[in-house]
Amino acid sequence: MKRFQKKVKVGTEIPQASLPDIIFMLLMFFMVSTTFKQSQGLKLVLPDAKKIEKLKAVRDVATIWVDRTGRISIDDRLVEVKSIRNIIYNKAIDPLHPMKLVALRVDKDCKMGIVSDIHEELRAVGGAALQVNYSTRTATD
Amino acid sequence: MLVNKRKKRKAEIPTASQADLAFLLLIFFLVTTNIDTDKGIQMVLPEKGQETKVHKQNIANILINANGQVMMDEQPIEVKLIAEKARQMIRDNENIIFSVKTVRDTRYDVYIDVLDQLKMANAKRISIAEPEQ
Repeated sequence: MKRFQKKVKVGTEIPQASLPDIIFMLLMFFMVSTTFKQSQGLKLVLPDAKKIEKLKAVRDVATIWVDRTGRISIDDRLVEVKSIRNIIYNKAIDPLHPMKLVALRVDKDCKMGIVSDIHEELRAVGGAALQVNYSTRTATD
Repeated sequence: MLVNKRKKRKAEIPTASQADLAFLLLIFFLVTTNIDTDKGIQMVLPEKGQETKVHKQNIANILINANGQVMMDEQPIEVKLIAEKARQMIRDNENIIFSVKTVRDTRYDVYIDVLDQLKMANAKRISIAEPEQ
């Protein structure tokens, strides 16, 4: 039995010198991947769908909000249907961050009339404005 | 010479709190990051003035009226059954184009349901027709 007790006690300390480095690495990851929400939008309920895809682009997306009363908002400003053309065109030719995709966040109680008016505006712009995403929620059944 | 008498102090910056500082920043970015990106149904709108004539055999018309009733190939159909029927039609004819036509008073969620059904059937060619006035 004596033999066991002869063992030298090893210091049991975890080296903490590299801890800040690890945390800084994580920090860098989150700093790079963070996208700050730029607009609040309108209050609305999105429709449900099952076969949904994630948006291909995260950053250069123009979002058009339409609530159930038919109000349209882009970048937190209420706009008329006829002015969508100009706003989207300006976003598409932005030299720094050209828009790649238009996300339509439309309330599920909207009528197709207003949606097709927006389609027409987007088609008038053409190019990247033709890439449309109908934002939905994930259906839960 | 009085100056030289001064004791030289060790000039070390305390690094014990560095980890805490980094943690604080980390937590800030953790909280503000929104990983869940927008998701939905992706479509490509037709370019203006590019209406091409398609052979009638290759078109499946889907009409949605203001009451949310759907007509597919001249027959009324339940929204839930569209996927199955679309799958069948793709099997019969690979080049089929699904033309979704609405009226101005069609509800948007019915339209999304129909598109969802078509996407479930893996329909690649979906066209959006102008609503009837």
